[in-house]
Amino acid sequence: MPIEVLMPALSPTMEKGNLSKWLKKEGDRVKSGDIIAEIETDKATMEVEAADEGTLGKILVPEGSVDVAVNTPIALILGEGEDKSAIAASKPAPQPKAATAPAQQKPEAKPAPKAAPAPEAPAVHAAADPDIPEGTEMVTMTMREALRDAMAEEMRRDADVFVMGEEVAEYQGAYKVTQGLLQEFGGKRVIDTPITEHGFAGLGVGAALAGLKPIVEFMTFNFAMQAMDQLINSAAKTLYMSGGQMGCSIVFRGPNGAAARVAAQHSQDYSSWYSHIPGLKVIAPSNATDAKGLLKAAIRDPNPVVFLENEILYGHSSPVPKLDDFVLPIGKAKIARAGSDVTIIAWSMGISYALQAADELAKDGIEAEVIDLRTLKPMDTVTIIASVQKTGRAVTVEEGWQQSGVGAEIAARIMEHAFDYLDAPVARVSGKDVPMPYAANLEKLALPSVAEVVEAAKAVCYR
Amino acid sequence: MAVAKKNPSADAKETGPPVAHFCKDEELAAYRIMLTIRRFEEKAGQMYGMGLIGGFCHLYIGQEAVVVGMQMALKPGDGVITGYRDHGHMLACGMDPKGVMAELTGRAHGYSKGKGGSMHMFSVERGFFGGHGIVGAQVPLGTGLAFANRYRDNGNISVTYFGDGAANQGQVYESFNMAALWKLPVVYVIENNRYAMGTAITRSSAETNLSRRGLSFNIPGEQVDGMDVRAVKAAGEKAAAWCRAGKGPYILEMLTYRYRGHSMSDPAKYRTREEVEEVRTHHDPIDMARHRILEKKFAKEDELKKIDGEVRDLINQAAEFATHDPEPDVAELYADVYR
Repeated sequence: MPIEVLMPALSPTMEKGNLSKWLKKEGDRVKSGDIIAEIETDKATMEVEAADEGTLGKILVPEGSVDVAVNTPIALILGEGEDKSAIAASKPAPQPKAATAPAQQKPEAKPAPKAAPAPEAPAVHAAADPDIPEGTEMVTMTMREALRDAMAEEMRRDADVFVMGEEVAEYQGAYKVTQGLLQEFGGKRVIDTPITEHGFAGLGVGAALAGLKPIVEFMTFNFAMQAMDQLINSAAKTLYMSGGQMGCSIVFRGPNGAAARVAAQHSQDYSSWYSHIPGLKVIAPSNATDAKGLLKAAIRDPNPVVFLENEILYGHSSPVPKLDDFVLPIGKAKIARAGSDVTIIAWSMGISYALQAADELAKDGIEAEVIDLRTLKPMDTVTIIASVQKTGRAVTVEEGWQQSGVGAEIAARIMEHAFDYLDAPVARVSGKDVPMPYAANLEKLALPSVAEVVEAAKAVCYR
Repeated sequence: MAVAKKNPSADAKETGPPVAHFCKDEELAAYRIMLTIRRFEEKAGQMYGMGLIGGFCHLYIGQEAVVVGMQMALKPGDGVITGYRDHGHMLACGMDPKGVMAELTGRAHGYSKGKGGSMHMFSVERGFFGGHGIVGAQVPLGTGLAFANRYRDNGNISVTYFGDGAANQGQVYESFNMAALWKLPVVYVIENNRYAMGTAITRSSAETNLSRRGLSFNIPGEQVDGMDVRAVKAAGEKAAAWCRAGKGPYILEMLTYRYRGHSMSDPAKYRTREEVEEVRTHHDPIDMARHRILEKKFAKEDELKKIDGEVRDLINQAAEFATHDPEPDVAELYADVYR
């Protein structure tokens, strides 16, 4: 049987084209790769190459034909031992259209897509916090120490865990979070990198694809913008793009958000940026206890985890249970303070504002329930909704900007799942819509404050 | 080395080692796999034309000797990573043409269950780490593979491929620096096919001799006739030995050529038809292998015809499989975002 040469689609969107020129004539020998014709698309003139070997037996669509639908047979190639008589035996050729004739044939290149509805997204289930046995000794430590201990414990437990970043080894960490790790684990597992975020983040992802479990420290997340492509395109998406075959267990951690008086380029909250990305988990603890349990969980997690710390919180202390293996569940929010009148949802530094505001509100007889999200992605919607169903009012607190912020997402979820329970619109307290100013007074104004949280809570309580 | 001479930057003193001596088995094995890649890519182009393959599709036709020669220089356990022009690399690594073609058609039994497409395929089993769509991003990743090898001290190396276009990416130099600093076992293979999409290397690069791009990091580099599979293998062995000896990274600039456009929708008007024809006629890696085989009497014409037929059958079976394999189940939509 002669082989049909079909009108090719030369771009994802092409449905028809003009056959402008034949470069071979009937009877010519052709082999794979020979250019046999030129066609014009809406964008350019393209070459048609033969994909088979033989003799050009018959040209079915003459040059000058316009609007030839993709997949229309345009020529027949005779195989070895075939002659022209084979053409007659094959099915009749379609009538080529004259150059002036409008296209009659509907393009049939792409079958109509099936209108299958998207299935439901799987529900997120998070385990509860582990029970702390009665009589467990509680050790008060700073978040800085808790993070260091979490890393050290996981490095003792698993030889595949290592930490890399700028100044993490000999300098003992730019913010002293990796203090002592070089001395205990040596230069092979505690690695000072050059100041090349893009490069070392990608290198870490590559090592993770090969099965290691890197902890990549960014001196601050402001510098991780240089590495953003590796976090998102390489770390977050590879498992999915490989059909589940190859993923990466890696933690990107470091201080996030505003520190103090370091101006716009060094004071940005990336909570909403990373929590936008499927494939990433995002954790932002507010205290030493959660920091320890969640960093250990993050290091063990088989997925890429963005672990957002806060420079101001590094020195804050809280009691951490002295257990061999204190690991907290990722994806589980915590009721930081119970209350019945209004729900305040925050995380990381925002919890400081929220708890102080709750104290203020209590003086006015308003009992606020403060939810510490702890994990931003996957978000614990269940805990938020249960609280709002009880209080009927909600306030979100974040340092990041309001547009497309985490607060916007929380408000949308409350509207979707607890609309009938709401007694007031959800209020958002956030960073102001400006780059962070340097001047002390302006910086203060640009950030959320306890007063703003109090005011928002009173507003939703109509007080 | 006529191809090398055509490159204005080629410097005879820096061209690679003499071509490796190929015995009959090597010559025939290289011929078969190069031909498999060629036929696979021609078929992919044809199926793209029929609307069976969508999106971006970058064909490897013309560059076959590079991956085949490099793969002949590797050992089991070595890792390979590349950019988006990756079909040849996968076939050279021993991945099944059926699974690769079914991924191109977006079907359930493609290597990525139809969710990656032409630019995103992986095989843990074959040591193929993708398949990456962002120009240059595979270079830090491949350096990380080498980091893991050194961390485990397993004697394996990473072969990290990128093109003349990616060679201008900043992350490439961040990677060079760390690889040299930490003496990581990585062979950087720059596939210089002379055009970064439509921009000729002379219009994009201040230094067009890409083998020199590691000089300021003290990474040795050499230019290799990437159209001669024997030259590629010889250079690959030298570079691999360097890395395995703990001396750090090595750069091989493969002077090669792609016959087709950058992607399927590229009319390739930035070069003349004569230029393409000159390479196809005089430097085609498969034609040259075929001539050598006949000349050295490693096989007769009809034996080669038999190989040609077997390769064609293999590719036709892959195409047939990829055309009839079902699309992924809708449950795949949410599968494997996390594990």
